[in-house]
Amino acid sequence: MRARLGGLPTFVLLLGAAYCLFPVAWVVVAATKSTGELFATTTLSVGSSLAANLGELHGYRDGVFWQWMANSALYAGVGALLSAALSGVTGYALAKYSFRGRGLIFNALIAGVLVPAVVLAIPQYLLMSKIGLTDTYLSVLLPSVVSPYGIYLARVYAAAAVPEDVVEAARTDGAGEARILGSIALPMMVPGLVTVFLFQFVSIWNNFMLPYIMLGDDGKFPVTLGLYTMLKQGNTTPALYTLVVTGSLVSVLPLIALFLTLQRYWRIDLLSGAVKA
Amino acid sequence: MASTRAPGRGGAAPKLAPYAFVAPAVVLFLLVFALPIAYTVYLSLFRTEVKGLGLGRGSRSEVFVGLDNYARALTDPELGAGALRVFGYGAILVPAMLGLALVFALLLDEDRVRARGFSRIAIFLPYAIPGVIASLLWGFLYLPGTSPVNQLLRELSLPGVDLLSPTGIYFALANIAVWGGVGYNMVVLYTALRAIPRDLYEAARIDGCTPWQVAVRIKIPLLAPALVLTSLFSVIATLQVFAEPTTLAPLTNSLSLTWTPLMKVYQDAFGRGDLYSAAATSVLIALVMFVISFGLLRVTRSRAFGGER
Repeated sequence: MRARLGGLPTFVLLLGAAYCLFPVAWVVVAATKSTGELFATTTLSVGSSLAANLGELHGYRDGVFWQWMANSALYAGVGALLSAALSGVTGYALAKYSFRGRGLIFNALIAGVLVPAVVLAIPQYLLMSKIGLTDTYLSVLLPSVVSPYGIYLARVYAAAAVPEDVVEAARTDGAGEARILGSIALPMMVPGLVTVFLFQFVSIWNNFMLPYIMLGDDGKFPVTLGLYTMLKQGNTTPALYTLVVTGSLVSVLPLIALFLTLQRYWRIDLLSGAVKA
Repeated sequence: MASTRAPGRGGAAPKLAPYAFVAPAVVLFLLVFALPIAYTVYLSLFRTEVKGLGLGRGSRSEVFVGLDNYARALTDPELGAGALRVFGYGAILVPAMLGLALVFALLLDEDRVRARGFSRIAIFLPYAIPGVIASLLWGFLYLPGTSPVNQLLRELSLPGVDLLSPTGIYFALANIAVWGGVGYNMVVLYTALRAIPRDLYEAARIDGCTPWQVAVRIKIPLLAPALVLTSLFSVIATLQVFAEPTTLAPLTNSLSLTWTPLMKVYQDAFGRGDLYSAAATSVLIALVMFVISFGLLRVTRSRAFGGER
């Protein structure tokens, strides 16, 4: 009984882990290869050109790669921070006050979750270009800040984590609503807001279409878009493939580090509705 | 949702505060969501009329054409073909991803299985990797020149598989999405499993149920709401697939620039500069998504959001 339970299931689980780690292992190995080696040697044999590849990546068009990395960090970091703050304030208000229009606002937001990005992207582009904001950092940042999904999560979390009695007590003691929100409610919501931040960080970092449509100047590209344009040129300049591979590795390392550090803060129970206060 | 009791007993009943709190989000929402949606619908009803050679001021004008753009979109064979391709891709992706996620979640929930912590993090890890980067990595793993699978097959004197062929590309794309999404769905399902009271299993075990029977007869039925939610999000993500085929396109001739409806929308808008057709197609895609989403939720009698309001 014990063997049957422990053996095969553990093997299946480890197989899944191997499948998920395989491309990451491959890119670590592939980044050590020169262009010739990339296409000639056995896939999983280590090459000798990691330093040379990194040097080339660093030198590529005056270090534009690092600019892309910095841009990604800016879009995702600042965007997610603003988004978490906005979600916290809005979610709290929707959970803790009953006011005219609450249902309408909430339903509109939920419908917003379902609207596909492209339906928004083209008119967003046109509107941005009307006010002269296309090809600016703001054109990518602004649409990332309001996250219907983040507001939904914050509302669920506020309802569960901020006790009514505490709010009432503060009110009786004469605290203003803004003060209750800032000093009592938001601090209680921090674990939920960290989740919102992480979700938004990943989704902004992953967002391809928005910068693809909004940006023309490759100095403002996030790293995903930058690497994509390099891959496209690889058709005619195979040497770029090596740089794409090395760049992929370098771009993924901070994400993996962030993920491993923060993975226990993911409150996915929010999503499955199993929140316990 | 645990409690959204109406305040108003004791203290000063706040009248303006909630409006002040929701105002920034509402303003941004209107600007970034509502206005663009309204603008898309507006655009979809117009077309550019070109007079003469189309040169000079006033030779191009916007004319109202009603539902003409919709009629053309609905009868566009390339759009229909794209919709079929996404359907085929989703038919591979969604069952594979959710099936694997369910299996992994059930295994994680078994106390006697080993290496659970490691596997959970390893399987969840690809979620942190952007679709573009995932497509780059898998793209090289698919390329006959760099693919380890083909190398292995060659050494065994077996014919190689070409995942970048017109048929193989469905599996190639689905695999990228499975790889990126299985861990996330696994964690959602696993979290839902942990919320089920353990005594239920104890009772079943005393009645002589095997772990397999517990999983099939108790756990999976209780997971239904979480499964509905994960399916819903998976279907929505499937319909929105864009980055992966766009990234793989430079590596193969099997992916046209209009392979999915969204790619066609992009091409219409920015490749051909026909914003009106692109807008009409966008609205159609959005409508399909709404119908599917609400359909799924209705079929399951809103069990996923059942605790709300």
